[in-house]
Amino acid sequence: MSNLVILPIIIPMIAAIVLIFFNKSVRISRALTKLFSIISLATAGYITWYVLEHGTIILQTGDWMAPYGIVLVMDGLAAILVLTTNVISTACAFYAPYAGLEKRERFYFYPFFFFLITGVSGAFITGDLFNLFVFFEVLLMASYGLIVLGGGKVQLRESLKYLLINLFSSMLFVTTVALLYAVVGTVNMAQIAERVQEVEQQGIITTIGILLFFVFATKAALFPLYYWLPKSYIVPNPVISALFGALLTKVGIYSILRVFSLIFVYQTDLTHEMFIWIAGLSMIFGIIGALSTSNIKLIIAYNIIPAIGFILLGIGVLNESGISGSIYYLINDMIIKTALFLLVGIIAYVAGTSDLRKMGGLIHYYPSLGWLLFLSAAVLAGLPPFSGFIGKLLLLKGAFEEGEIAIVIIGLLTSLLILYSVVKIFINGFWGDKETMGTIIKKPINGLMAPVVALLTISVLLGVGAELFYPSIESIAAYLLDPEIYIDSVLKE
Amino acid sequence: MEIITSILAGVLFATAIYNMLQKQLLRIVIGTALLSHGAHILIFTMGKLKTGQPPILTDGIENYTDPLPQALILTSIVISFGVTSLLLVLAYRSTQENGTDNMEELRGNENE
Repeated sequence: MSNLVILPIIIPMIAAIVLIFFNKSVRISRALTKLFSIISLATAGYITWYVLEHGTIILQTGDWMAPYGIVLVMDGLAAILVLTTNVISTACAFYAPYAGLEKRERFYFYPFFFFLITGVSGAFITGDLFNLFVFFEVLLMASYGLIVLGGGKVQLRESLKYLLINLFSSMLFVTTVALLYAVVGTVNMAQIAERVQEVEQQGIITTIGILLFFVFATKAALFPLYYWLPKSYIVPNPVISALFGALLTKVGIYSILRVFSLIFVYQTDLTHEMFIWIAGLSMIFGIIGALSTSNIKLIIAYNIIPAIGFILLGIGVLNESGISGSIYYLINDMIIKTALFLLVGIIAYVAGTSDLRKMGGLIHYYPSLGWLLFLSAAVLAGLPPFSGFIGKLLLLKGAFEEGEIAIVIIGLLTSLLILYSVVKIFINGFWGDKETMGTIIKKPINGLMAPVVALLTISVLLGVGAELFYPSIESIAAYLLDPEIYIDSVLKE
Repeated sequence: MEIITSILAGVLFATAIYNMLQKQLLRIVIGTALLSHGAHILIFTMGKLKTGQPPILTDGIENYTDPLPQALILTSIVISFGVTSLLLVLAYRSTQENGTDNMEELRGNENE
């Protein structure tokens, strides 16, 4: 059964390679993309069911036993994140044909798309720190390709900055791996954890841990390292923005969750205490950014930052409610951010502008679009009974248990402002006279709407059916809080 | 020997960061290249430098060269080579399109 683990990496990779040969024919490309994403989604679904039912699956690649070979570890956390990734990629695959990409589709959009999924899935699954770097590079390479695709002036300028900041943090990642290797003599995450535990995380290891946090925080766009994110995420096509916003920063925060719940957990008063404050500052500064602009794409891009802050808060408090909250919020946020990016893509398409000051009265032409936006604003801000609420409730409960009252207040205020920042799009864009924007010729948007509706349905189900999902999330959180289980499952088989 | 290569890595890092803080695009690209060299030398040093030892671990051989840093460095070199060449092409295109290679002028503003 252990070969199952590699399928979420292999299937998108094969898809990407196959699609390189069909770049001339857009029609075949589209059909193949849909087919492959559905196959990948079905596999991921089966793997998730299998892992939750039978426990972690380990693959020792090439039969080189850990810690000598590279291990792929499909535990509960990795499985549900891979499943969520595939849900998102399928939605994007069905959105892409209507997204006005025609020219780019011929220039290898779909191969890049699948390579990105390969990298993301690989980063979730791998159990080796250096391999994590390699998968980061796979997904970053694909993202460089995607962000620059069809490049005009602005796009080239912003992708240059995006590439430079990522290159810098990647090189720092390699440096950190080298330093960690010098101290503990291994790059296998389970063995690093075991050895760090033996020496009770002395000062040098904590220093390396913080350096590693810096690397992941740059990728995850945490305060004060988020400056590169908003502008570079709004320049490409909405589908690409959605993929970036939903997946790339989340890989960064996943790595923080993994590393700081498995390896560096013995100096929590230093590291995890700092996380709580960084989380608070990310929330405050992210939401100030979102409130300061009237560009609808920029509003959603800035909203990524407080969301990452919320997830980091759960890692900072490091108790069961906190970690379950982080996982719940992570999944919820991946889905809802994709939906929101795709929605503002539609709005910008029908309005012909992404400046809120030039919009108004769209509800007379596109009532369903308006109400979908309203619904997703409610999910994002965490109004009950939607999934954002469950995540936030658990996170704030976790913070409360640790006596971090200040951060609970910041979190609640931020949620309110998040709601305001998205509802602002609704109020300014959709309310108002029918004639605000002159006469609009209605454009067909049903093809664009279908994936968004599907994503929102999943999101609402995650909230309403929380009773159903919560036990699995809780058991994953309990599993993450006990590094012994991970170490044993990798090293002692 | 390890001390010397560690210092070399440090010097490379310092030069790289100095170059990356310049305004001219090509200098930044050179800076990233130097940064990756620094990182690679650091990985190399971390496995302890030895000469004339086999990179294998078998019974009876006490003194061996650690093969892992060499594998890591090779992977990392390939990746940074790829990224640097992409960066060069991107820098070239960006300079052509925007008509400048000065990062000060590539700031961008809200109203575009």
